[in-house]
Amino acid sequence: MNKYPAWKYALITIALVVSFLYTVPNLFGESPAVQVSGLRTNKVDAGLQTKVADTLKTANLANEGVELQGETLRVKFKDTDTQFKGRDAIQSALGEGYVAALFNLSNSPAWLSKINALPMYLGLDLRGGVHFLMQVDMKTAIDKAVDRYQAEARALLRDKKIFYSGISRDGNNVIVRFKERTEADKGLKELNAQYNDLLIRDANRGDEIVVTLTMKPETAFKLQEAALQQNITALRKRVNELGVSEPIVQQQGSDRILIQLAGVTDPTRAKDVIGRTATLEFRMVAEEYASGGRSFEQYRNEPAPFNTEKMIDERGQVVIVRKAVIVSGDKVTDAQPGFDTQGGNKPNVSIRLDGVGGRAMTLATRENVGKNMAVVLIEKGKPEVLSWPTIQSELGASFQITGITSSLEAKNLALLMRAGALAAPMEIIEERTIGPSLGAENIEKGKNSLLFGFALITVFMVVYYALFGVVSVVSLAANLLFLIALLSMLQATLTLPGIAAIALTLGMAIDANVLINERIREELRNGMSPQMAIQVGYDRALDTIIDSNITTLIAGMALLIWGSGPVRGFAVVHCLGILTSIFSAVMVSRGIVNLIYGGKKKAMTLSIGDVKWVKSVKA
Amino acid sequence: MEFFKFKKSIPFMKHALWFNAISFITFLLAVFFLWKNGLHLSIEFTGGAVMEVKYAQAVQPDKIRTTLSTAGVAGAEVIKFGSAQDILIRLPRPVATDQNQNAAMEALKGKVMTALQAADKSAELKRIEFVGSAVGKELAYDGALALLAVCIGIVAYLALRFEWRFAVATIIANLHDVIIILGFFAFFQWEFSLPVLAAVLAILGYSVNESVVVFDRARENFRKMRKATTPEIFDAAITGTISRTIITHGTTQMMVLAMLILGGPTLHYFALALTIGICFGIYSSVLVACPIANYLGVSREDFVKPVKKDDEPEVISAQP
Repeated sequence: MNKYPAWKYALITIALVVSFLYTVPNLFGESPAVQVSGLRTNKVDAGLQTKVADTLKTANLANEGVELQGETLRVKFKDTDTQFKGRDAIQSALGEGYVAALFNLSNSPAWLSKINALPMYLGLDLRGGVHFLMQVDMKTAIDKAVDRYQAEARALLRDKKIFYSGISRDGNNVIVRFKERTEADKGLKELNAQYNDLLIRDANRGDEIVVTLTMKPETAFKLQEAALQQNITALRKRVNELGVSEPIVQQQGSDRILIQLAGVTDPTRAKDVIGRTATLEFRMVAEEYASGGRSFEQYRNEPAPFNTEKMIDERGQVVIVRKAVIVSGDKVTDAQPGFDTQGGNKPNVSIRLDGVGGRAMTLATRENVGKNMAVVLIEKGKPEVLSWPTIQSELGASFQITGITSSLEAKNLALLMRAGALAAPMEIIEERTIGPSLGAENIEKGKNSLLFGFALITVFMVVYYALFGVVSVVSLAANLLFLIALLSMLQATLTLPGIAAIALTLGMAIDANVLINERIREELRNGMSPQMAIQVGYDRALDTIIDSNITTLIAGMALLIWGSGPVRGFAVVHCLGILTSIFSAVMVSRGIVNLIYGGKKKAMTLSIGDVKWVKSVKA
Repeated sequence: MEFFKFKKSIPFMKHALWFNAISFITFLLAVFFLWKNGLHLSIEFTGGAVMEVKYAQAVQPDKIRTTLSTAGVAGAEVIKFGSAQDILIRLPRPVATDQNQNAAMEALKGKVMTALQAADKSAELKRIEFVGSAVGKELAYDGALALLAVCIGIVAYLALRFEWRFAVATIIANLHDVIIILGFFAFFQWEFSLPVLAAVLAILGYSVNESVVVFDRARENFRKMRKATTPEIFDAAITGTISRTIITHGTTQMMVLAMLILGGPTLHYFALALTIGICFGIYSSVLVACPIANYLGVSREDFVKPVKKDDEPEVISAQP
């Protein structure tokens, strides 16, 4: 009696060993490190690795080797002082194209990282950093779109020589008025052909025919989604320049963006970079300065000729570009990567401009077929040529850039063209800055209260329930192990409320053991044999344990679904903790009890504290 | 070791009226203070800013208050935060239109830090939080929604598992705890923040356990004690589980106590809410829930039959 089959012990052992492996990385601590990553097209490779190593050697900064990991270089330092000096030395050696960022690298051995055993992912309140919640102004995004439709409709009607008496905006509708039915019908035909994403209706009002263009709900929805995605892309690109090791830029809800930058302590600089606007411009390349066997390279160390600007393209070549802007980025309504169906399926980028931009583009390109046009991105006042394709024919509101070598390049180009400017304005609605020392303090406080509480429970349980108390405490420790392992495996963000949830969950988890122990005592009092009492005690307690855990889980799930920020951090840990505590209280503690008492037939007493008192009257 | 040795059932139900009167009065007091004082909501709900500033030596909040008011910062609330060197400054949301709220906030922050550093160079900004007004409303709404979902979920589960009368009794008893916790927060004007909300909901789920345990035992007793009246059955159930109830709450409280003492200011009110919840949880989930179930008219017939079908199928099939 009270024996577990071998597979149950095997299961428990496996769970414990795996959990131990995944918990271990948390014990090694972290070292200050610097991470180097390339901006845009700048590659991080072995050459750069040696360069960084040499730089550190010349600067006489002790380090633990430069590691190439994926797209980044990582250097570990002994202390934060050398880390700071190292970062500065690397940054000044590599220049603008690279970012050297401070971060902490786990000290756990490499083989643990190989099996994905990583330390828990700490939230901002534990490691310090800034947190922003941005509200995207969707109303303006829709507004802009309606303006664009209005301008486009006007241009279209004018182009087709259709006579209308007026075009205006009414809320989110564009209204076109016609005097003549025949003109209105022609107009309707053209508008319907051009816009299948708009709802177009016509009505007679007095002696006028009024055509109303309304955005379909799904168009508006798509527009908002695209605006949000575009803003996220733009923000990611900007945040990368802050040189944060693991920046978080993600969508929250339908119109919000969450930004978390660990290790950044100066929110003003972060805000400066995040709030910056970049502009995109189409300009003509000044061909005359590269004719007759000469190339733009001759201007590398010389000032640019009159009325032009010297720029660098993404391959690092010099390009001389005219100062006059043909079309600026705010006229770009869309840029999508695709494939050239006529020209051998090569990657291309399809660009759509609004009406005004389209007309300007037509005028500028009509005279310049065969010449090159530069796509320029200006950020922080620094221009960069993204691409300078040759103009094949007169261009209109929508055209393609072809001859792109890879689809990845096409994707990047389209993204940069779209992301250059924000699709809709944003506002910071929540801002948090947590100093790094505060983060360390929070970890310390959380850890201390957890340990102290655990110690209190241990003393009480052992004194009150004797050997069964020891079993309870051991299974509670197993529970803590499972929980930390699970959190490390899932890489769920651990916050201070999360640590509080660990403590609270452990405090609640002991409930199951108390329930079992009390039940066994009671059965003993009622005159059951010790073996029977263990059996019945565990069985009867199980129902209650499951009931009570389910109600707690209901509360936990509600917090998970409707909670935000700190509440969510609490809820994740709480829910996981409930699951691990059922396993450890029922399986693990029973396993230990079975190991101790299982199979012993002779009469014996259970070490469960004092139960020798008058039997209860009832049966 | 054994704390609770009861040879006979304690006649809890005989005094049910007293317990109910006590609950009712505490409940009314809590509602009164909630109505009169309201909750002292954190900036997460109201919008505004919180700044945590560290000094090299101990500082007096009074002095900082004077410094700030001479600098022309209105409505600042200054309190000690943890140690004597740390202070927390709460600033109301500046009156500004939506567009320049950020700028106004930024300016306010600059003004505060300049004033503080002019008075004492060692003033160091450790943390700043700024929340716009839109977020707060949503949080309050989501919080209420979560509370509602927890209530419905628990009632549904208990109704399925036991009987609707038990479910209703349990949720009334536990909501009464929630109101009392909120009442404490209103009376003492403790800060009601998001972690406190989490604590309140967690304790709601947890306290229900006690009622579950007692009702579980009551169900068992209904089967065993054929001749006993309903109050007697509840008495026996409460007496049989009281030791366990007090011990588990005690052990949970040990953890919470550790957080209360060592967790620092961030976890202080969280732990405080849990402490109140645990103390009242013991009382209400047993001494309030059982009488309510009794008033609602729980009887053996209601609820022994389905249980028998559930738990002892082999017995039924053996005696056709």
